[in-house]
Amino acid sequence: MPRNRVFGTSIPTRKVIVERMVMGLLIACSTVAVLTTIGIVLSLVFESFLFFRKVPITDFLFGLQWSPQTAIRADQVGASGAFGAIPLLVGTALISAIALSVSGPVGLYAAIYIAEYASPRFRAVVKPALEVLAGIPTVVYGFFAALFVAPLLRQGGESIGLAVSSESALAAGLVMGVMTIPFVSSITDDAITAVPSALKEGALGMGATRSEMVRQVVLPAALPGIAGGMLLATSRVIGETMIVVMAAGLTANLTINPLEAVTTVTVQIVTLLTGDQEFDSAKTLSAFALGLLLFVVTLILNVIALKIVKTYREQYD
Amino acid sequence: MIEQVDTVKRQKRMADLRDKRHKAEVRFRRIGVAAVSVGLIFLTVLFGVVLASGLSAFKQTYVQIDVAVDAEGDNYQGMVKRGLREYFPEVKKRRDKRKLYALVSSEAPYRLKALVEENPGYRGKAVSLWVRAGADVDMFVKGEISRALPEDERRLKDRQIAWVDSLEDDGRVETRFNWHFFTSGDSREPELAGIAVAVLGSLFSLLVCLALSFPLGVLTAVYLEELATRNRWTDFIEVNINNLAAVPSIVFGLLGLAVFLNVFELPRSAPMVGGMVLALMTLPTIIITGRAALKAVPPSIREAALAVGASPLQAVFHHVLPLAMPGVLTGTIIGTARALGETAPLLMIGMVAFVVDLPETILSPATALPVQVFLWADSPERGFEERTAAAILILLAFTILMNLTAVLLRKKYEIRW
Repeated sequence: MPRNRVFGTSIPTRKVIVERMVMGLLIACSTVAVLTTIGIVLSLVFESFLFFRKVPITDFLFGLQWSPQTAIRADQVGASGAFGAIPLLVGTALISAIALSVSGPVGLYAAIYIAEYASPRFRAVVKPALEVLAGIPTVVYGFFAALFVAPLLRQGGESIGLAVSSESALAAGLVMGVMTIPFVSSITDDAITAVPSALKEGALGMGATRSEMVRQVVLPAALPGIAGGMLLATSRVIGETMIVVMAAGLTANLTINPLEAVTTVTVQIVTLLTGDQEFDSAKTLSAFALGLLLFVVTLILNVIALKIVKTYREQYD
Repeated sequence: MIEQVDTVKRQKRMADLRDKRHKAEVRFRRIGVAAVSVGLIFLTVLFGVVLASGLSAFKQTYVQIDVAVDAEGDNYQGMVKRGLREYFPEVKKRRDKRKLYALVSSEAPYRLKALVEENPGYRGKAVSLWVRAGADVDMFVKGEISRALPEDERRLKDRQIAWVDSLEDDGRVETRFNWHFFTSGDSREPELAGIAVAVLGSLFSLLVCLALSFPLGVLTAVYLEELATRNRWTDFIEVNINNLAAVPSIVFGLLGLAVFLNVFELPRSAPMVGGMVLALMTLPTIIITGRAALKAVPPSIREAALAVGASPLQAVFHHVLPLAMPGVLTGTIIGTARALGETAPLLMIGMVAFVVDLPETILSPATALPVQVFLWADSPERGFEERTAAAILILLAFTILMNLTAVLLRKKYEIRW
């Protein structure tokens, strides 16, 4: 601690006191982020605990049936709801898989093209244009998916004799895929440009074509960075809410057919918690259990992804 | 001889291989172009669809009706209906009358009431006033409902179209700029619904969000980047912040519901709670970009300040932070722009309500722009579709404006060391 050194005393001056207070304030501010995390974990765990007292955790994690319609009065028919999360997880996985199979290759190739082939002028226009896709609010994508893409797929399916549900997993997945293109491409771009130019020039000097250089030298070297980026994109897609709320279905359907309607974890959280709610019903509490599940899965993905990206970055520095 | 044949063959093989490699090169390049085009085409189509379906909402059809105002009594609805019946005396059947009344919006009696109360002299006289057309008529006049459709597939029936045509021939139909859309709250009737509540709600939420997240974020960034000694605790905070940045937004909504609403018992649907949740979400963005901006200030600035006797805090707050401010502000604006588009967490804390009255404080119930988009997108009426798209246009305009400000700010004030 700085003291009033001039006179050799240890009585702190006013300046020092003020500085200590400011320092205390700064430390307090920096704990807000930690408190937020603690708040998230505590509230999710607490409400989930209440839920698991009503519904066994094994039924929740391994049950194949999801119909949270618990009766308001005890004497109603069908008073007990079913809280098996498997159909929601399968639905989430299905939509995420569709989304990633769009944004993965498209984002990757777009980044490669922009980094290795495009002229500076082309890059200056196209790169920000693609990044606009990331800035559009997701509710806009949801509107677009429900109003434009879903009917289009339905008509397209009809014309070749396929029954496409108007809330198909495909529509939500495709649009979500486009939304994550800039996400994948910017991370790929970072990974590609981090590859030392000595490696690239070496490959070109040996007579490789550009595509051979990219495929056989740059991509293998950038692979960990790209993998980390894809994991982050996955966690983003799993947690995405508005597109699926507006374009995917509400009823839990255990299927992997992309043309049918499926529902996801986030959709169920929203439907369970909008409107009137009682805080002691299993129906409302189940939303927190789903939230906890979502938080844990995305957290694991994020930790792994951040670790991969970080270790990889240090490699070439 | 044999050797020569071999050479020719080898040359041919080499040429084939080269051709193959060049073809692969061209193919690779084309895939790249295709990938870029997919993104750009999607972007164009998205904007095209929103513009095509949204622009018409900025216009509103008005119909001029003649009403004989009663000398006494307040049955304005009756007066409007009588006015319509007198204009189309041939309409006799009950069902047809109801269709006739649907030509004008359900707010027509209120307009009449306001007019008469303002000018008591109109009592007992005939007045002619312009009122908003009903939603279906509005759609028809703006060309959103096609005349060519079979009658049972369109909301506006042949008979009604004939009435509208005759009104148009008399010069009693007009489209005007739809100011009402910007000044009123939500309504069950598409032609009366506006976005003012949503815009104000978003504005209040963002102000609360900024008031909390900007100081917290900047001070945290200053502490972590400039003043803290690296130890386990600061490492933990750092990992924490990085992970918080990737937590799905809906989880923040659950936090808001469980802590702000249930534990602190703050009011539901209030912009203040929305702003608090959004603040927690934007905090990591502001901290991360703030740290990057602080890092970019060269150490010589700090050292010079310290050398002339400034304390570490003075060095940071008087010298480093002001120089890093453009970068910090850019990050803040980008974070706020993202918060403006967030919907899911606001749904969790009940900002998804039917609100007609403009919110007066940050504690009165309100919605937010993206939530309004979500609400209207769910409504089955044809008239809400254009309003949804129009609300999206306004949302996008604000988002683009904020991002553009950030870019310009960076361009103008960023210092390259």
